[in-house]
Amino acid sequence: MNAHLQPTGSAYFITKETQEIERHTLSVLVDNEPGILARVVGLFSARGYNIESLTVSETEHGRRLSRITVVVTATPRTLVQIKLQLERLVPVHKVHDLTTEGASLERELALIKVAGSGDHRAETLRLADAFRAQIVDATVESFVFEVTGKPGKIDSFIGLMQPLGLVEVVRTGLAAISRGQQGM
Amino acid sequence: MAEKMTGAEMVIQALADQGVEHIFGYPGGAALPIYDAMFQQDAVQHILVRHEQGATHMAEGYARSTGKPGVVLVTSGPGATNAVTGLTDALMDSIPLVCITAQVPTTLIGTDGFQECDTVGITRSCTKYNYLVKRVEDLPRIMHEAFLIATTGRPGPVVVDIPKDIQFALGDYYKPDLETLRHQSYRPQMDGDADAIEAAVDLMLKAERPIFYTGGGVINAGPQASEHLRELAELTGFPVTSTLMGLGAFPASNPQWLGMLGMHGSYEANLAMHDCDVMINIGARFDDRITGRVDAFSPNSRKIHVDIDPSSINKVVHVDLPVIGDCERVLSEMVRVWRSKTNQPRSEAIAPWWKQIQKWRDVGSFNFKNSDTVIKPQYAIQRLYEATKKQSKEVFITTEVGQHQMWAAQHFHFDKPNHWMTSGGLGTMGYGLPAAVGVQVAHPDALVIDIAGEASVQMTMQELSTAVQYRLPIKIFILNNERMGMVRQWQDLLHGSRYAHSYSESLPDFVKLAEAYGGKGIRCDNPAELDAAIAEMLDYDGPVLFDVLVEKDENCLPMIPSGKPHNEIILPDTANIGDIIDEKGRALV
Ligand SMILES: Cc1ncc(C[n+]2csc(CCOP(=O)(O)OP(=O)(O)O)c2C)c(N)n1
Ligand SMILES: [Mg+2]
Repeated sequence: MNAHLQPTGSAYFITKETQEIERHTLSVLVDNEPGILARVVGLFSARGYNIESLTVSETEHGRRLSRITVVVTATPRTLVQIKLQLERLVPVHKVHDLTTEGASLERELALIKVAGSGDHRAETLRLADAFRAQIVDATVESFVFEVTGKPGKIDSFIGLMQPLGLVEVVRTGLAAISRGQQGM
Repeated sequence: MAEKMTGAEMVIQALADQGVEHIFGYPGGAALPIYDAMFQQDAVQHILVRHEQGATHMAEGYARSTGKPGVVLVTSGPGATNAVTGLTDALMDSIPLVCITAQVPTTLIGTDGFQECDTVGITRSCTKYNYLVKRVEDLPRIMHEAFLIATTGRPGPVVVDIPKDIQFALGDYYKPDLETLRHQSYRPQMDGDADAIEAAVDLMLKAERPIFYTGGGVINAGPQASEHLRELAELTGFPVTSTLMGLGAFPASNPQWLGMLGMHGSYEANLAMHDCDVMINIGARFDDRITGRVDAFSPNSRKIHVDIDPSSINKVVHVDLPVIGDCERVLSEMVRVWRSKTNQPRSEAIAPWWKQIQKWRDVGSFNFKNSDTVIKPQYAIQRLYEATKKQSKEVFITTEVGQHQMWAAQHFHFDKPNHWMTSGGLGTMGYGLPAAVGVQVAHPDALVIDIAGEASVQMTMQELSTAVQYRLPIKIFILNNERMGMVRQWQDLLHGSRYAHSYSESLPDFVKLAEAYGGKGIRCDNPAELDAAIAEMLDYDGPVLFDVLVEKDENCLPMIPSGKPHNEIILPDTANIGDIIDEKGRALV
């Protein structure tokens, strides 16, 4: 009611972020145990970090290790914090920032359903060929394509399919690995 | 050698093997097998609490005063959810706890069974680590691993959630070899990097305006760490300040001690932090109550940061020289390296700095106007301190949260680590009374005092009943201002003195309340009678609730308002804090 009469303050000091936001790919080696994904994802939501893409699967069955590839957007300062916070989790073995630690490869797989007939169908096939998309299902009215590549390539293919009868898309999210002989 | 036993027996056996003597808990349906196993042994003594939050704070007090992990046992559902505040408190203040929560049988999990809750889901973000035990074969390993994780590296709370059918199941008990534990990923770094330590000492050797800024990490690293800190301070001649959590690591009676720093810290500590050229942070984390305005925090210093948790480095404040490692090991290395380079303290080089610090000291920032008609809260703590100094017993202090907590930190002085228990990170009202119970369980012959506020103490008041049951002679020293004093102070400062719900309309008669619980009640409102009343409290062999009626509207000063740099501290001679902020343009963010 009369609160507007005086400016209120806060018990906290709020700083403005001055650094630019960057997009980085992190590779996280973890024990494949119950709740591990919730732990990693929970850390991101609890600390307000943004996840753009997340891929996870067991990669070493003998040692029950999983590899999580996570694409994050944050300021350089926060990116360092994200890495350190991840490493602090008990079941996390290692975290590599593939964007800063030398050259790396990034691939994604998408399944793309396109429906159409006549000229559209011919054009669809021509473009699929150019993108090396495989036909994994076909009916007289539709195709399902499998495309792999960098996310940008998949984006463009999806963009081209849009006017040709795009029905739906599923994407795996990013899998990434460093170039050269060194492993994680 | 494996031995056949039930899951419930394994829990007790593992506790005994871990050297656990006391466990704080409360029974319930899902926990009954463990309670049954407990009934049939003597190694572990169970303290029955009145509310599970109380159990967690007792375990925290126990842990902080002994350096050993505190252990809690609660039932499923409401038992587990009641423990969440204490778990979060322990996480924020890095206190080692192992909390065993019972769970509905595995077959019922996910069916919304009676007293089922997703304990591992709820506690994932308020524990260092947690487990849901799904096979009895895993139980011995998990129990021992829980203690390892709780107590090593940066300590913290660990939850072990055990379904009732697992408690009944038969299996082989074994003591796992710590090296074969499951989590090969968990390897805290203990030793600091030798080059980094060398570089830190070189920086210290060139310092002209140095300061040690120490924190709870020094306490957590064990009493030896405090010894090394004292040694290093003596070798260097540098001034020492500490956070709320680190009080006692360096003796308050030492002339190099500047008092606590931070929002309600001393003028000399805060200004020395602001103006220093080399800051040596040992086991503190640049909390926002310490830094104030981050972009104006100690603008011209080179900063060294010793911390066992790599994620503490550069989280809030950019540091020039991080040293990851256990404070005890790093401090002892710093002592060794310093000695190898010189046998002189830097007294001459830093003499002008000490002269400047003396000027700040002369301001007397903890001074207050005393009164002979009404008890000033600061005066009450000073008198309590003087009275306890004469005691032959060990003295432990716990606090609740609010103005009384800050006054206790300012006016009660500590010369030893592990004798001061307070909720720093989470600021949990209701912490102090149960924490005092936990301390008293660990130190039956000591004098344990909870310096309390009348609002906070009512949050966990029922644990007085626990103190009476186990004949724990804790003293609860309530600075009763009939206000949530700290909230009132902020409302004066920032909200035009509109006291929205910051006072209690119907306080209980604390003397009668004490008597109702079977303890002793004392009341005093006259400064002239205070010493006698304190003596009466200390002489009584049993729990005492002492209602000290103090000045109602005293402000806790000095104070660095949020959003202000350290050198814009409000000093105690300021008559009306509301006006001060007006003058300065209410520039708070
Ligand atoms: C559980 C909890 N709820 C709310 C708060 C916010 N809070 C901080 S201090 C305070 C008032 C404490 O009053 P009292 O215990 O009487 O202490 P005083 O400041 O008067 O000394 C409140 C409500 C808190 N710290 N903890
Ligand atoms: Mg009060």
